[in-house]
Amino acid sequence: MNRVLVTKTLSSLLSLTLTIVVLTQQSLIRAEQEHAGSYAQADIQIGLRLYSGTCTTCHGPNGDLVPGIDLRTGEFERAPSDPQLMELIRNGIPGTAMPPGEYNEAELTGLVAYLRTMGDLDPTDAAVGNVARGQALYNGKGDCASCHRIGQTGSRLGPDLSNVGANRTAALLESALVDPTGSMFPINRPVRVVTQAGTLYEGRRVNEDTYTVQLIDQNERLRSLEKSSLSEFTVMDESPMPAYGTMFNSQELSDVVAYLLSLRGLEN
Amino acid sequence: MTRHIAAITITSLLAVPALVEGQVTYERILNAADEPENWLTYSGSYDSQRHTGLNQITADNVTDLELKWVHQADSLQAFETSPLVVDGIMYLTEAPNTVVALDAKLGRVFWVYEYTPSNESRPCCGAVNRGLGILGDTLFMATLDANLIAIDIWSGQPIWMKDVADPELGYAMTLAPLVLKDKVVVGVAGGEYGIRGFIAAFDAETGDESWRFYTIPGPGEPGHETWEGGGDAWEHGGASVWLTGSYDPELNLTYWGIGNPGPDWNPDQRPGDNLYSDCVVALDADTGELKWYFQFTPNDDYDFDAVQIPVLVDYTSPNGQTLKLMLWGNRNGFFYVLDREGGRFVSGSPYVDVNWAEGLDDSGRPVETPQPAGSPTFPGIFGGTNWYSPSYSPSTGLFYLSAWESYGAIMEPAEVEYQPGRIFMGGRTRPTGVAGAPRLPGLGRGHVNNWTAEAGRGAVKAIDPTTGQEMWKFEMTDVTTSGILTTASDLLFTGGREGYFHALDATNGELLWKTTLGGMIANGPIAYGVDGNQFVAVAAGNGLFVFGLRD
Repeated sequence: MNRVLVTKTLSSLLSLTLTIVVLTQQSLIRAEQEHAGSYAQADIQIGLRLYSGTCTTCHGPNGDLVPGIDLRTGEFERAPSDPQLMELIRNGIPGTAMPPGEYNEAELTGLVAYLRTMGDLDPTDAAVGNVARGQALYNGKGDCASCHRIGQTGSRLGPDLSNVGANRTAALLESALVDPTGSMFPINRPVRVVTQAGTLYEGRRVNEDTYTVQLIDQNERLRSLEKSSLSEFTVMDESPMPAYGTMFNSQELSDVVAYLLSLRGLEN
Repeated sequence: MTRHIAAITITSLLAVPALVEGQVTYERILNAADEPENWLTYSGSYDSQRHTGLNQITADNVTDLELKWVHQADSLQAFETSPLVVDGIMYLTEAPNTVVALDAKLGRVFWVYEYTPSNESRPCCGAVNRGLGILGDTLFMATLDANLIAIDIWSGQPIWMKDVADPELGYAMTLAPLVLKDKVVVGVAGGEYGIRGFIAAFDAETGDESWRFYTIPGPGEPGHETWEGGGDAWEHGGASVWLTGSYDPELNLTYWGIGNPGPDWNPDQRPGDNLYSDCVVALDADTGELKWYFQFTPNDDYDFDAVQIPVLVDYTSPNGQTLKLMLWGNRNGFFYVLDREGGRFVSGSPYVDVNWAEGLDDSGRPVETPQPAGSPTFPGIFGGTNWYSPSYSPSTGLFYLSAWESYGAIMEPAEVEYQPGRIFMGGRTRPTGVAGAPRLPGLGRGHVNNWTAEAGRGAVKAIDPTTGQEMWKFEMTDVTTSGILTTASDLLFTGGREGYFHALDATNGELLWKTTLGGMIANGPIAYGVDGNQFVAVAAGNGLFVFGLRD
């Protein structure tokens, strides 16, 4: 019994240490900001994760749940500058329901990056429905697992969704369902590659540079190819994902959004 | 006989300076072309051509290049430095303000000097440093908290420190100082914080300020009227200086590129041309007096800093006349040729897609065509090029620059109130062509290329200065933040954000050799020699990589 407890404590200590190490590195990397007003994608992701874990309780997934406050404007009377916004998050607003938050610098940087760009990421009010119904739609009518993977289930051909709820807002998820092509990050575009030896690979681009391209192919295998060895290399603009705006009604869409939002990877 | 004299000169050069005048005399910097085995200033020479006279590495043997040594920096910041090399010793800076002296042949470290800038420093765009100046036995480093520090080249000990400006107001220094005669010249960054920019010269021995040129004229000074409206816009108008200038010893003029006016994206808050923002200024090297200026982007809407390297070229016209010219690939998308004696506009033409202006008039002033709200402006705010060092090769007669092609930005100007030490940008911008992109992409990239192919592509362009025509281009998938080095053997070395280091044929752009260094290249390569062997050095990611021919 005792032993179990000790092990648990040790393992949580270990994970705490790991977290600190990772965050410290993030903080150093953050300083690579190349231009004032520019926020690194990595920081925005950190902020989104924290926001959707904590802030969403009061401010809501769309940032507009507190009457009279719409976080999506990215502008705050009490905190015009980024350092002031960090101070506000750290200290809270005395006399209001906004509590002080214990965050380290990397987390504060992430929250500021997310709050300042939230309007771009969250342009619409997305409805959030029922998780269980959404899961049923994901596995049934939507047949989403034929391309996407959650945990150990589903295909790796499309982007992995195991922690998509920690990395996307409700609005982003909804627009991805309704307009997959318009919402697709360019790096995820489908590619078709034929080597000079005649081998065909079709799949999703995962990286590209001047001389090479990396992809995950139709057999879910990672391929790295030198462009000079290819007889064909085509990047397609159209997402292979069907637009679900017609297949799902608005209630069903909001249910799927709710399910996807609940996917938080190993955090769960 | 000639050979004998040459031998004596070399011996005396080696023996005398170390004992009497210190290692690097002003005369050595002045005649840097005579000792191509050394790299004595940020751009390699006062004309800033970033061209080496060394020719041991050629198109025929470039595939024999091998990695000789790597120096790993402690810092995780972007590695933007250009090292100096003096008589077998390399001096480089690591971000933010560490100086390292190494054996240039073996990469082993002699000493490290670490200066920790004040926590009050608030650089807009990374806690970076671009390098050092040297004179006698002293190195000079401009720091992130706007100090100028003199450091002994043999021990790494600081000799004097000089407060140049107040970091709490957003002043910072990231550039490599330029040594002119007995003075050290620096400029201040902070164009995103509402500073009033300046260039200043300091006595190399004492650190006493010799002269200061404000890049925004004060009341009563010529040019002040270009800050219209009678308000205090000029006091917070930016016009920063964050890249090393050039020098023409015959004219005794030093040339510096000046940054954007502030607030960056809202010109309505600062009506008028906003001199000397987005200008090149020619200053008397002894007094700092302004001799002439040329403004590339009047009343700038787009953050088009004229912070590029002024490349000085003497051109012999068909009638045998020597023309003293300046070549300038500007962030605003135009390539300019200027007369550097008097600042006259000679010619100019776009080198990338440009839609904010339909062309230049006879005086070189842009004929502006502002885009409607919500429509993209080309080039976008990071420019057709930026601070990445260009190169000019006297051998090919071509000017080379790193360009961002098909890259635009949507401008969203907004009113902003000046608050001391706070960001003073005046709105937002977003790149075009990337779903879900934040308002500004970070320039620093990770290992996955997740936005650029659709938002813009990188290229090295070779431009014939006599016609403005593009002679060739070398395309990259990702945009490039690398400078360019050319050699007397017609090689061109450059890199990019993808982490490749390329050697191209400078005459036609053909790829001759490449290697992958696994990290972004955000600095200009240099060349030097030790014991008769030529080396090429470039920083990528957090390492400095040195290549030479296989033994």
